[in-house]
Amino acid sequence: MKVLVTVKEVAAVEDDFEIAGTEIDDTYLEYDLNEWDDYAVEEGVQLSEAGDDVEVVTVTIGPERAEETIRMALAKGADRAIRVWDDALEDAELLDVESKSKILSAVVEAEDPDLVLSGVQASDDSFGGTGVALADEVGFEWAAVVNSLDLDVDEQVAHVRRELEGGVEELADVETPAVLTIQTGINEPRYASLRGIRQAQSKEIDPQSFDDLGLDAAVADSALEITDMYEPESESDAQFLDGSAEEQAGELAGVLRDLGVVGQ
Amino acid sequence: MSNVLVVADHRRGELRDVSFELLTAGRQVADATGGDLHAAVVSGDVEEFGDQLNREGVDAVHTVANGEEFNHDVYVQATEALAADVDAEFIVLPNSVNGLDYAPAVANRLDRPYVSDVIDAAYDGGVLEATREMYGSKVETTVEVADGPFVVSIRPGEWPAAEGVGDASVEAADVDIDDSQVRSTVTGFEEVGGGDVDIADAEFLVSIGRGIEEEENLELIEALVEATGATMSSSRPIVDNGWLPKNRQVGQSGKQVTPKVYLAIGISGAVQHVAGMKNAETIIAINTDPNAPIFDIADYGIVGDLFDVVPALIEEFGGDAPNV
Repeated sequence: MKVLVTVKEVAAVEDDFEIAGTEIDDTYLEYDLNEWDDYAVEEGVQLSEAGDDVEVVTVTIGPERAEETIRMALAKGADRAIRVWDDALEDAELLDVESKSKILSAVVEAEDPDLVLSGVQASDDSFGGTGVALADEVGFEWAAVVNSLDLDVDEQVAHVRRELEGGVEELADVETPAVLTIQTGINEPRYASLRGIRQAQSKEIDPQSFDDLGLDAAVADSALEITDMYEPESESDAQFLDGSAEEQAGELAGVLRDLGVVGQ
Repeated sequence: MSNVLVVADHRRGELRDVSFELLTAGRQVADATGGDLHAAVVSGDVEEFGDQLNREGVDAVHTVANGEEFNHDVYVQATEALAADVDAEFIVLPNSVNGLDYAPAVANRLDRPYVSDVIDAAYDGGVLEATREMYGSKVETTVEVADGPFVVSIRPGEWPAAEGVGDASVEAADVDIDDSQVRSTVTGFEEVGGGDVDIADAEFLVSIGRGIEEEENLELIEALVEATGATMSSSRPIVDNGWLPKNRQVGQSGKQVTPKVYLAIGISGAVQHVAGMKNAETIIAINTDPNAPIFDIADYGIVGDLFDVVPALIEEFGGDAPNV
């Protein structure tokens, strides 16, 4: 069985930052593996540990710099990685759901996995649509916001739970091959061991261009364009308690007593 | 003239609030384009739902009776067919958990751009200007979708609900669902959490977030809870880490709470969390980041390190702060 896990290197913004045009200057960004994808990788690795002959392959769309992040997934137990990049992507300001799902669909067609795991969303652009759009593009079934997976390989069905709003979970059976978008909390992602990190150095990261995947450069064209980026204006009318920590705590204690939730 | 189609969200026999917000957002686009607003409801008690969706500004309500609950395979087919039937150029869907499960597929099937989790929108001269957040709400962006048809999903709670009774036609749509293309089955629902404490009943919640850093540091919050007689709750990451049980989680996917006082410690205030606690009577936040969104809804704020403030607060109430 083959499990394909889509992973993304995401940018996190420091507390203080500056916006230059429609971007945040690179000096204020830190790169890391997308949190949701970390859970998806763990789910894939757990499947490979539970079953015989399960290969876990990760795929990312990203420049060479992203390899550092991808190696974390390899260090945690993924068998190999594919990194898609192309000159056409260098100039693309915003890669929308349509572009990403079309690029990833070429990889799905080449790899022919039994299951695709993807994070629910990426913490930087937060579109939350690539997994489901990818499933539709390749004709796989899918389930979004999955927080429990019980895969029945023989019956070709994934028994999943989907985390709905308000503390309600939906139980659903999904035919495989399928794309599942993975919610945080489905498992406990492992830390990469030193041994894993060493082993990851020798694992393959296969670079793939649009040519390799039979894609046209136009796939990088986005119908969406970011025309403005700004810090939201604070709507705060909070009364701030100032002073040293002791003074702040003293004032807060007074507030809590006044509100009547703590005894005198 | 460009028609707009919105598709309602419902669960376990009730339309969800976002359904009525969709009508407002959809009307906004329809007004800008001079088109009609078509609302659709799929599965469940569609006749009852259809009547409820007939609010001011809605031109037509279409019902598709097929199954009881949401199934994305049915919703994708129904939305695709209805979009063709009513000649809908623009499709507005909810960015709810179910929206996440079918809106991207609708966009893909119709080969239209998809803009998700939109919090504001303007439509001018054929161009949609959608406002979205990025980088965990640290920035807002304006995203333009030029030249025509699109699928957008709107964030629940950002548009007012449409009100009043409308004079729309409410009719069964002529849509055939191909059952061979329905490849997933909903087998049930379960309430999660339960357990020893119902945080929804608590008068004073001390709620902890990522700022606590390590599981061992929860001892500090436990000491505060003990000294004040509060009840402990948390944001999502604490539960994801397994440091507290699911029934303590406040937020969109956890519990909705309305305590007299909600003391948020080390919680940044992600929109999913705020959805669960914004109706607390008094909100107090302690956070090191003065720009944390939690301060936007707080009544009292302390910009400071919880590891300094909380021990001092414990002592204010005669407790002993553990060394963490």
